[in-house]
Amino acid sequence: MNYTAKITISLKEGMLDPEARAIQHALANLGFSTDALSTARVFFITLQAENVEAAKAEATRMCERLLANPVIHRYEVEVGA
Amino acid sequence: MRFAVVQFGGSNCDRDVHHVVSDVCGVDCDLVWYKDGITRDYDAIVIPGGFSYGDYLRAGAIAARTPVMEAIKQHAEAGKLVLGICNGAQIGAETALVPGTFTTNATPKFICRPVCLRVETEDTPFTREYRTGEVIRIPIAHKEGRYVAPAETLRTLNAEKRVAFRFCDEQGNVTPAANPNGAAENITGVIGGNERNVLCMMPHPERASEEVLGSDDGRRIFTGMIRSIEDRENGKGQA
Repeated sequence: MNYTAKITISLKEGMLDPEARAIQHALANLGFSTDALSTARVFFITLQAENVEAAKAEATRMCERLLANPVIHRYEVEVGA
Repeated sequence: MRFAVVQFGGSNCDRDVHHVVSDVCGVDCDLVWYKDGITRDYDAIVIPGGFSYGDYLRAGAIAARTPVMEAIKQHAEAGKLVLGICNGAQIGAETALVPGTFTTNATPKFICRPVCLRVETEDTPFTREYRTGEVIRIPIAHKEGRYVAPAETLRTLNAEKRVAFRFCDEQGNVTPAANPNGAAENITGVIGGNERNVLCMMPHPERASEEVLGSDDGRRIFTGMIRSIEDRENGKGQA
């Protein structure tokens, strides 16, 4: 069966996010006040699997093997049909 | 004695390293396309700088998952020398040849300029021709060169004297002002391997290996490697 995994890779708590800081400055220059701003990267992956659990496990392996760097990243996997 | 320089799609310092090893240092050196794999024994393998796979996903991430890196890991596990320079350092860290990672600079822009480095240990095959504490001048050229590692890893690196280089000022002071990319503890060269036989560094020693380029401080990394291999061949302890 086809499943779509939404994988969100973001920086671990406390990690410097230089691009977010630059974006926050740019927003401030436009007059927008923000308390905090962080960035994340989202992957949408369609894959075939036996069931939701199997699809989630496969997407998790993708995170561990390539998509995330455990030194700096955390990841979240959501799977829908 | 024979060196290999591994070329990925996007490597752009491969020929510079090859020139330094073969023409400047006079050692046999092969350029090895990554898909051809490591097909013979090498004394040292260099992963050069560049933009493998366009730095897609993260600098070094995709190159680190190619089969040739398995062969390079085995080469390193056998105690033989691996030098990762710039993108090669990012690939080396992504492959866990050294702990930690190199990520986006604190100011997220490309920096290309000469910097001062303090040699933190002369007890490696790569730094044996320097004196600990010596200040050398080698250029950097990167956007994702900020070294990051968990606090515990940093403690281990310091305790085991596995920090090779830190950014410093001309007097050798390691200060925030002398840290161009925001690296943890100004670290920009890390030693890995059971026999201290891996070095991953962001600065480009091949760009500072001839006086005509403004500095030949980087050449001693290559000559140190060569002397270590000679010592090993002559039975004078480990490379």
